[in-house]
Amino acid sequence: MPIAFTEIQETIRMVEMEHLDIRTVTMGISLRDCADHDFEKVKQKVYEKITSYAKDLQTTANQVAKEYGVPIINKRIAISPAAELLGNATKEQAIELAETLDKAAQTLDVDFIGGFSALVHKGISKGDQILLDALPEALSKTERVCSSISVATTRTGINMDAVGQMGQIIHDTAKFTQDNNSIGCAKLVVFCNPVEDNPFMAGAFHGAGEGEAVLSVGVSGPGVVLHALKRYPDADLGEVSDVIKKTAFKITRAGEIIGRVVAERLNVPFGIMDLSLAPTNAMNDSVAEILEEIGLERVGTHGTIAALALMNDAVKKGGAMASSYVGGLSGAFIPVSEDNGMIRGIEEGALNLSKLEAMTCVCSVGLDMIALEGNASPETLSAIIADEAAIGMINKKTTAVRVIPVIGKKEGETVEFGGLLGRAPIIGVSEFSSEKLIQRGGRIPAPLQSLIN
Amino acid sequence: MQKRAVVSVVGKDQVGIIAKVTTVISDNNINILDISQTILEGFFTMIMLIEINDPSNLETLQEKFKPVEQALGLKINIQLEDVFQAMHRV
Repeated sequence: MPIAFTEIQETIRMVEMEHLDIRTVTMGISLRDCADHDFEKVKQKVYEKITSYAKDLQTTANQVAKEYGVPIINKRIAISPAAELLGNATKEQAIELAETLDKAAQTLDVDFIGGFSALVHKGISKGDQILLDALPEALSKTERVCSSISVATTRTGINMDAVGQMGQIIHDTAKFTQDNNSIGCAKLVVFCNPVEDNPFMAGAFHGAGEGEAVLSVGVSGPGVVLHALKRYPDADLGEVSDVIKKTAFKITRAGEIIGRVVAERLNVPFGIMDLSLAPTNAMNDSVAEILEEIGLERVGTHGTIAALALMNDAVKKGGAMASSYVGGLSGAFIPVSEDNGMIRGIEEGALNLSKLEAMTCVCSVGLDMIALEGNASPETLSAIIADEAAIGMINKKTTAVRVIPVIGKKEGETVEFGGLLGRAPIIGVSEFSSEKLIQRGGRIPAPLQSLIN
Repeated sequence: MQKRAVVSVVGKDQVGIIAKVTTVISDNNINILDISQTILEGFFTMIMLIEINDPSNLETLQEKFKPVEQALGLKINIQLEDVFQAMHRV
């Protein structure tokens, strides 16, 4: 059946006016074959492998975007967890590896390279510990390297020793980058139940179950969903879910076809489609505004969780129908600094850290891009991570913490990160200590999967 | 490989839009398969389906539309038809 005039117009409107875009095409590359007893060779192999596998990523993605008329905003690289290469390395060498990755990203002109990562949800190996020790410096000396650390899963429980270290690492990273609003922390995510094929930063890495190289696609479109809902101001919630589902379906289909073409031209298998409503600071490209459109005066008020649950589920349903391989984090992201609606919610006192935590029970990830007061103690940061990991562990979902304790700033002030990362009001943390909990260390056992009330 | 692309033209209604746009297309020896046009809230909107031999030529065609876009204050987009099929047909 030929495409109708109105359908063509709808697509054009989505791209031109409602910010439909392919948020990222991310090439996952396994670096396991780069291991060598000579660390200079490791760095050389890593650099050569990344820059040869992804050498056409930027140009091919741009060409496909032009042909199909849908912009591809970011091109990125995800590597297999770097800790795997660091078993015999020193902390200094780990930092050099991060710098090598940074250089590769610059050469390829990609804005982020993810996978300076370690999976320590059960225990910490030598390589993992080296990577953890190197993290604050590595993140301060590099621009484009992103790190993710897995500290918990539903099947293993929470490694509280790792959680304890992460609080200190975030604290140190903030200090190392304090001249730049502690921006280093924006490139560091602490995960519970991480997914191995997430194309979005800062949490992308190329998981152990992946092949040699793979291309995954992240599409976004909060603006498209928002505009679709505005056309149904009086629909009941079942119909609202239906509108979101249909919109998510169309967005995903556009992403899938473009992703497949890019993958084919790069001669790399197509991995997954990640349909995540990821907001930007552009006008009307906000997840919070969708929640407000559903019926909240301001995001954060009573009913926020219900609206978010409805939206997140509808997005997944639409996406799952549209692509054979939906994966990654698919759902709704609720970063604060990148979403004008969330920023307004906090500034007006409707939204706070507790409500944000509650929202992570039903959104696709977790506490994201939240600026905290600079004097939050390492133990408090660890305890925030522990809470979030517990939510993920018990609810069998991915949760993450990407918080930025901004050194020198207090609750009520605002911090400008600039560019994609936006700006954020500083949120205060509890004045009561969680020190004893963190000092105990050990592991929180994996939870029962039955008796689930 | 023969592909089909959608040319969409949006702008303020005025004399000669179709003539000038289709001239660019015929000058480039491109066949038009379908045209539909309407006025929406005072805005001229035209959508054409054209045949394309090589998708990488779309960029050059887009460039050639530039003078028309500027002269008449139009916005002209070219996109491969596949993306519409994917979004609107199961």
